[in-house]
Amino acid sequence: MRVYRILRTAVRALRRNIMRSTLTTLGIVIGCASVIAMIEIGQGSATAVRKSIESMGSNNLLIQSGTAASGGVSFGSGTILTLTPGDGEAILAECPAVDALAPLVRVRPQLVYGNRNWVPPYIYGTVPEYLDVREWNLAEGDVFSDRDVRNGSKVCVVGQTIVRELFDGQSPLGKEIRIKSVPFRVVGVLTRKGASMTGLDQDDLVLAPWTTIKYRVAGTSAQTAVQTATVAGDPSQRINTLSQLYPGSMTGLYPVPSAAQLANTPQPVRFANVDQLLARVVTEDQIPVAMRQITELLRERHRIRSGEPDDFNIRDMTEMARTMSSTTKLMSWLLLIVACISLVVGGVGIMNIMLVSVTERTREIGLRMAVGARARDILRQFLVEAIVLCLLGGIMGIVLGRLGSMVVTSLLKWPTETSIPAVVAAFLVSASVGIAFGYYPAWKASRLDPIEALRYE
Amino acid sequence: MPLIRLEDIRKTYYRGEIDVPVLRGVSLSIDRGEMVALMGASGSGKTTLMNILGCLDRPTSGQYWLDGEEMSGLSMDERAGVRNRKIGFVFQNFNLLARTSALENVLMPLSYSHEPLSDRQAHERATRLLAAVGLGDRMDHQPSQLSGGQQQRVAIARSLIHDPPLLLADEPTGNLDSHTSVETLRMFQCLNAEQGITIILVTHDAGVASYAQRSIRMRDGLIEDGADDHRVTDGVAAAGRHAGGGENR
Repeated sequence: MRVYRILRTAVRALRRNIMRSTLTTLGIVIGCASVIAMIEIGQGSATAVRKSIESMGSNNLLIQSGTAASGGVSFGSGTILTLTPGDGEAILAECPAVDALAPLVRVRPQLVYGNRNWVPPYIYGTVPEYLDVREWNLAEGDVFSDRDVRNGSKVCVVGQTIVRELFDGQSPLGKEIRIKSVPFRVVGVLTRKGASMTGLDQDDLVLAPWTTIKYRVAGTSAQTAVQTATVAGDPSQRINTLSQLYPGSMTGLYPVPSAAQLANTPQPVRFANVDQLLARVVTEDQIPVAMRQITELLRERHRIRSGEPDDFNIRDMTEMARTMSSTTKLMSWLLLIVACISLVVGGVGIMNIMLVSVTERTREIGLRMAVGARARDILRQFLVEAIVLCLLGGIMGIVLGRLGSMVVTSLLKWPTETSIPAVVAAFLVSASVGIAFGYYPAWKASRLDPIEALRYE
Repeated sequence: MPLIRLEDIRKTYYRGEIDVPVLRGVSLSIDRGEMVALMGASGSGKTTLMNILGCLDRPTSGQYWLDGEEMSGLSMDERAGVRNRKIGFVFQNFNLLARTSALENVLMPLSYSHEPLSDRQAHERATRLLAAVGLGDRMDHQPSQLSGGQQQRVAIARSLIHDPPLLLADEPTGNLDSHTSVETLRMFQCLNAEQGITIILVTHDAGVASYAQRSIRMRDGLIEDGADDHRVTDGVAAAGRHAGGGENR
């Protein structure tokens, strides 16, 4: 009840000088509106920047098979095939920090179309989700389907460099290129992505179902001579029926182990191995979490005892992630500073007008004191007036800022993002600006001497 | 028991090095239901005395009983409470809130009272008071839409909102023409006679003072005449006569 009366008195006092109240509020209205609009536009552009950096692969994790070693000689990462598509499915299902994943089978053969030929750095055998993981779109046509992957269909998607080199810039849709004498029909063309962070031409790329690449092009898998040595006796190669249809052309350098040898050193049976798994992490800051989750899961699946080294390794794009976070951090700091300045300017405006108002209303203050207002009643009245002004200004500013950012979105096509924390913050800040900048004038009013105030002309 | 009793009230202002004594030992008593004029030339200390009587200021020394309570030792907030409950103020320049209706002006002191009335009670009382001062049909008017006499009547209604035992009027007719002055003063007489409110008129105009039952004259910080209705304070009166040659204005 008392609060209601105090508010009523304040609102009446403000209404008595509606013009001045409106102008005073304007500072806060503009301050709040600019804060809201700026934060919304800023967050929109921050998201856009993050998206474009992410499309460079900053949130990707590359999981590679482990290292083979023979007689104390290590052959480097990826020389032993330990990863399966099943691992990929398990990671996707059980690691919440990973939201997309594609297995990769890499080969590096010659492409032939008509009388032209070209050797891209890699031909990737993968699944359609690869495009989600890399955040890559198609310029033309369509990506191959999961069914193509199951069937081992001879279809492929090509990058822009391939279009230039093999097709002379003509649309390659429906044309057939030969990869190691296996004909592939081109079903889609990727958009241009340019060079990667390491300077590699990312558009020099052919994507095809991994089954097709693995069993029809690579024969077995992309193996080096060293790998052949280590996996020659792999029972998975013999159990795999497809490898009989499309036998690997390479002969083992080492003698095939006998049944007894195999029984003594049992190897896990894998029907299919992939060279790499490419995973997309939900956001950059989840990368360490994702790496931990994947490591735990793969160690369990590969039955690696604690203390033994991993048979795989995970790489992240640390440098890009760091650039990313520093960019967004800089942006949000900049916005925060601008927002603070505009609110302080609004607050100073409020204080200025409240001081003028106290001087102008000296007689009224004297009168109120004469009829029994205590110093704290006067202090409270002026403070409540300032806070009411600021809150009204804050509300109007929030509405105006929302409208402003909507206008910006619809006219300039800038991305904006509604930010509830920004609205809450603007509201709280405008209230505290009211208290902070209303306090001094209110205190000044409350310290007036009623006798002199009454006589003030 | 008198409503007001002053014992040797002194007030000295300290302006830098020099002490300026404004009241130099004022003693007086005013009974309940009296209508008194407080007179004196400017500089005689009547405004200071009025401020002390109105609990706006406190004396340097001396004692002041209002309605049986000692006032000179009260804190600022306590004096604000006393002003709210016991004293009604009427000013020379009316001091109404601009752009605020007559009714709101009358209601204003209630927002500082300790036992707030309900909105309906407050509204009823303010309406009754405005009707009593003859402004029943102008309650929604703002001060700028009212004549001087009407504004002063709004101010009188405002001063009565708490039913105070004491009404202090500081040059209430100073800004009014002679006709409305007479009306206003008649209204004071009427309030005094019918409701028994003690009224102190502060004025320098003998014509205004003649509406009061008693005049207290001040001169050089002392009461020259009329400190007590029933007994002449010989010393003070003699001092005043001696100092000023006994001229009457």
